[in-house]
Amino acid sequence: MKDVASQIRQGNRLALSCLLTWIENENPEGRAALDELFALTGRAFIIGITGPSGSGKSTLVNRLAIQLTGSPQTPQSVAVLAIDPSSPFSGGAILGDRVRMRDLMEHPEIFVRSAATRGALGGLARAASEMVLALEAGGFDFVLVETVGAGQSEVDIACLAHTTLVVEAPGLGDDIQAAKAGILEIADILVVNKADKNGADTAARSLAAMLEIGADAAGLNREEQVTWKVPVLKTSALNDEGIDELVAAIRQHRTYLETSGEWQRRSQIRLDDLFERLLREKLFAEWKRNIQNRKYEQILGEIHTRKISPYQALKQFRA
Amino acid sequence: MKQKIRVLIAKPGLDGHDRGAKVIARALRDAGMEVIYTGLRQTPEMIATAALQEDVDAVGLSILSGAHMTLVPRVLELLKANGQGELCVFVGGIIPDEDARLLRDMGIKAVYGPGTPTSQVIADLQQILQPA
Ligand SMILES: Nc1nc2c(ncn2[C@@H]2O[C@H](COP(=O)(O)OP(=O)(O)OP(=O)(O)O)[C@@H](O)[C@H]2O)c(=O)[nH]1
Ligand SMILES: [Mg+2]
Repeated sequence: MKDVASQIRQGNRLALSCLLTWIENENPEGRAALDELFALTGRAFIIGITGPSGSGKSTLVNRLAIQLTGSPQTPQSVAVLAIDPSSPFSGGAILGDRVRMRDLMEHPEIFVRSAATRGALGGLARAASEMVLALEAGGFDFVLVETVGAGQSEVDIACLAHTTLVVEAPGLGDDIQAAKAGILEIADILVVNKADKNGADTAARSLAAMLEIGADAAGLNREEQVTWKVPVLKTSALNDEGIDELVAAIRQHRTYLETSGEWQRRSQIRLDDLFERLLREKLFAEWKRNIQNRKYEQILGEIHTRKISPYQALKQFRA
Repeated sequence: MKQKIRVLIAKPGLDGHDRGAKVIARALRDAGMEVIYTGLRQTPEMIATAALQEDVDAVGLSILSGAHMTLVPRVLELLKANGQGELCVFVGGIIPDEDARLLRDMGIKAVYGPGTPTSQVIADLQQILQPA
């Protein structure tokens, strides 16, 4: 495809789609197009949706995206990046989030893209951060990022999104009490989905209690605590209930971000993160190219046979 | 990062059996491909939109309802209108030989009947889609 950057600026969706593929494949043409488009990024409101597998993230995104488009007279546009895990064995993936996003398929203001993690462990796709840049350049007002079903350590989304929703649900088997500390800490808004089912009230109460303990323990966050209290909201994505309240809370959080300076801070963290990752990859690749023939493999071999420890091995290399 | 083959597996029409579609989706995943699975009862419009937004290399249509002669041409027409007329499209289902021939004439790359080994679909896709 020719001149992808200018076609994207003109609103060509096929060009955008093509760029997303290039970015995922770390293709140099994709990087060149992003160079051209980068100045257009930084305007979208990025919302992360994370939480355990099966809690209803995709079903909720289906409702949320439509709600966010607002009035048909002055519609807002919404992009969705839906992430599912790659198989560690084959490297392939089944990306099934679209099954629950039927209502978004033919909405003129909504664009949905599925992505596989491709080896990344933090709950996002390897190139998620750059894919979001491309979607921003596509002119979307909102970018919703659905992570893989997350337990507790897949918290990279917090460094990408302005606002992170953690979606829990009653009856997922594992007791909600089983402190999913990591994942609760990143919540700006806690959603108890499947409120149509038994146990939703209990789940909401125990989550609210856990949040309070967490907030007390994290003395560092006192200041934020004063200005933003993480709300616990009940929704039924299935029955389209509680979505208005959720959107209202999202808008409140945005106001909080903007008035507190957090908006800018979070927007920057995301770029810092991306740049640091790229730099690390580049330096490592260059360094490896420059070290003596086979020395790297040799030293790995010595570690394998327990001749030297990994720390001792480090000393044999110079930056 | 090596290029991955991305395939959309879709079930147009009204029949509610997606076992075949799921079997092929899993087989393609196990062969290292990324499969976008969209579920039951997709309209041709939904399929074409998904193909565009996902920038897939191939589209597999699973059709058991007997409506293939109306659904398939419609999907092809929409793909073309979207600038994706060159996509590799294949069809699985119970398709009479005569219809299979007509579908191939329309540009369908392959038609698979029930019982086709998934290894054949994989081999065909790899051959058709391998970078020149
Ligand atoms: N009863 C009830 N079921 C729901 C609700 N929301 C989603 N579900 C069902 O829960 C199941 C999982 O929903 P998904 O939206 O696929 O969940 P997910 O969190 O995206 O799952 P992964 O992407 O696999 O992590 C589906 O069968 C949904 O129909 C709800 O509000 N109430
Ligand atoms: Mg999902």
